[in-house]
Amino acid sequence: MSSTTRKHDLTLSTSPFLHADSTTPRIMAEVLLATVPVMLGACWIFGVGVLLVVAAATIGAVGTEWIFTRASKKPSPLRDYSALLTGVLLGLILPPGFPLWMSFLGGAVSIALGKLIWGGLGQNVFNPALVGRAFLQASFPTAITTWAAPSQGVLSVSDRLFSVPMMQAGADTVSAATPLGLFKFSSEFTHVSQLFIGKIGGSIGETSALILIFCGLWLGFRKIFDWRLPVSTLLSVAVFSSIFYFLNPEKYPSPLFMLFSGGLLFAAVFMVTDPVSTPTTIRGAWIFGIGVGVLVVLIRLFGGLPEGVMYAILLMNAVTPYINHYTQPRQFGGPRKRWFEAKAQ
Amino acid sequence: MSTGALAEPVTRTFRHGIHPAENKDATHLRPIERVPFVREYVLPLSQHIGAPSVAIVKAGQRVVRGELIAEPGAFVSTALHAPVTGTVVAVEPRLHANGKMMPAIVIEADPFSSQKPVPHKVPRPEEMTNKDLVKSVQMAGLVGLGGAAFPSHVKLSLPEKKRIEFIIINGCECEPYLTCDHRLMVERAESVIRGTEIMMRNIGAKRAYIGIEANKPDAAEALRAVSSTESIEVVLVQVKYPQGAEKMLIDAILKKEVPSGGIPLDIEILTNNVGTTAALADWFDQGVPLIERVVTVTGPGIPHPRNLLVPLGTPVSSIVDYCGGLSPDTKQVIMGGPMMGMPQKTLDVPIMKGTSGILAFTDVFQQKIQEYPCIRCGRCLEACPMFLNPTRLAHLAKFERVEQLKEYHVLDCFECASCSFTCPSNIPLVQWIRMGKAMVREAQKK
Repeated sequence: MSSTTRKHDLTLSTSPFLHADSTTPRIMAEVLLATVPVMLGACWIFGVGVLLVVAAATIGAVGTEWIFTRASKKPSPLRDYSALLTGVLLGLILPPGFPLWMSFLGGAVSIALGKLIWGGLGQNVFNPALVGRAFLQASFPTAITTWAAPSQGVLSVSDRLFSVPMMQAGADTVSAATPLGLFKFSSEFTHVSQLFIGKIGGSIGETSALILIFCGLWLGFRKIFDWRLPVSTLLSVAVFSSIFYFLNPEKYPSPLFMLFSGGLLFAAVFMVTDPVSTPTTIRGAWIFGIGVGVLVVLIRLFGGLPEGVMYAILLMNAVTPYINHYTQPRQFGGPRKRWFEAKAQ
Repeated sequence: MSTGALAEPVTRTFRHGIHPAENKDATHLRPIERVPFVREYVLPLSQHIGAPSVAIVKAGQRVVRGELIAEPGAFVSTALHAPVTGTVVAVEPRLHANGKMMPAIVIEADPFSSQKPVPHKVPRPEEMTNKDLVKSVQMAGLVGLGGAAFPSHVKLSLPEKKRIEFIIINGCECEPYLTCDHRLMVERAESVIRGTEIMMRNIGAKRAYIGIEANKPDAAEALRAVSSTESIEVVLVQVKYPQGAEKMLIDAILKKEVPSGGIPLDIEILTNNVGTTAALADWFDQGVPLIERVVTVTGPGIPHPRNLLVPLGTPVSSIVDYCGGLSPDTKQVIMGGPMMGMPQKTLDVPIMKGTSGILAFTDVFQQKIQEYPCIRCGRCLEACPMFLNPTRLAHLAKFERVEQLKEYHVLDCFECASCSFTCPSNIPLVQWIRMGKAMVREAQKK
């Protein structure tokens, strides 16, 4: 026994004694970072007013979590950035001229009904940001389908943002239909190059395919999300919309239009990649994405609404526990399983 | 480093797994050094899997280096030999690396002895039947030196109507920091090949593979240079943890899965660690039983990291001192690798047959990263080499759902800890799963 070693108070813990660099707050922070180019693009397309919409949703979300954690003496809400991310993502799927108080309310509902009542981070079945969006869609059907036209100047801030509850929203906005609205209600196709750049009507974060593809690739290469989820979603939309397109190219939009229009790319990068509300199993991820794609195509082509990404994801969120149950992995050295088979037999 | 082997495209690997930082640079080029003899040696009677050895020496008895001091206590048990010439001072409970007081033989070295081992008379392995060889290996005290310390003769004994088609020699050393097997392959390539040949001939295997992770091309080259037979193939596999797990190595080399709950023998394969293989050659060619082993002493808390040839029973404190002592900011000392090793409260424990490394860390990650709720990201499922669902198993263990733990194959987990390593929420997954395994075993006993 040496004198040098007796001085040390050695820690006992169990193996492993190494840990990967990635942590939950870091994952959330990287996704938040990936929303920055989306926000900058939105400023260029719709004007800096959009940042106020995002900020209002974020304050609603973080504020709600803060009140809850104070009341229940849980650790700080900001420690894992998840409420912050929910707020930002909700803001990015709202229309550019959306009244701030509604946005704030949406943020609060996202966290309260989307996350907290389920038991907090990791426990919710539905994507919290989409729960907030669905709530707003049901509560303010007009406001959430009033799309500000792009190109009003980077510094423009719509008066509608500052409307107050129970008052008619200001009517100054130059509104524009979204490409999916034009297709649904006027059978007009927007050229794919316009969808690519994004100077079109739509939700704050969803219009520029270029920026979204960049962010998606970045997050994918950083291994922040499971690449199977966006890939299967997009592939599924491409395949199923191709079937209709080849059956009747005049009636149905091209697969490229389907991929680049509406909220699909945004959802593929930021919504179907939410780990909590999507399957944990590898085969489950493929099933989830394929399901979302099929539902998106069905709702867009045959439903009453022009856009169906939100409901497609929420519906697949609802069946995710079942997908997990039926796609448990085969253990190494175990008998081969069928592709879709419950663990407990 | 070396040439040639690097150019080979390395495609063989298992599915899933993780990529921890290798951290082998401090020692992978350092030749193995013999440590000076010290005063006291402590040899726990239980330093292998199975029944403890039975001491055949008494306090006061003089022993010679290499002499038998304990006999196997059962078939799954092995012999133990004196690592030094000296006097047995006690057979009494001493602190074991597992934290308990366990029966041990304590030997005080004779400072005036030349410490030359007295060779045993071992018949030529070529003339031995499988039964004789198994008995002989058991008396050599050989166990798996990769860390598990499973008695080697048990693996070598061929049950009736069974055969072994392939032998796989495991030189992966996938645990970060450790380089003892790497150096052994580079410096003792002949012994590794010789040991492989002895096993092949006795057991009638038609082919042997030596699996090495691609970060050790010099080891592969050294082995290829001395191997004269076509039937021993040196195979590079991708650098990925836990490639050194025998099931993973078999999958990488032969694309075969050992059945769930089974052993390699079930698919006619025998695996052995490179160190064990070299020790087998030492026994048959020189009559020297297992009395010393190579240990890597490294980590941020070790001033002079080294690969050391250490007599069994040497106190960890003395070899740490030989490497410059613990740096003042050392917080944790691990016996074995950083993924599956055992932490130590004190350095007053002996080096044992399964001790591959002594690591000193200046950080304890559990103290730096807090635990967050599971976000169901699925990283643990993609890490698990056994294709289990660690997050689910941990959850089931927490709520003591024994039946479901079984349905989710908790017993297939061999505790490589890839899940805990990769979990971004820092949930102690493998720790929960260990408890789950214990619950299922307990329930099965009833």
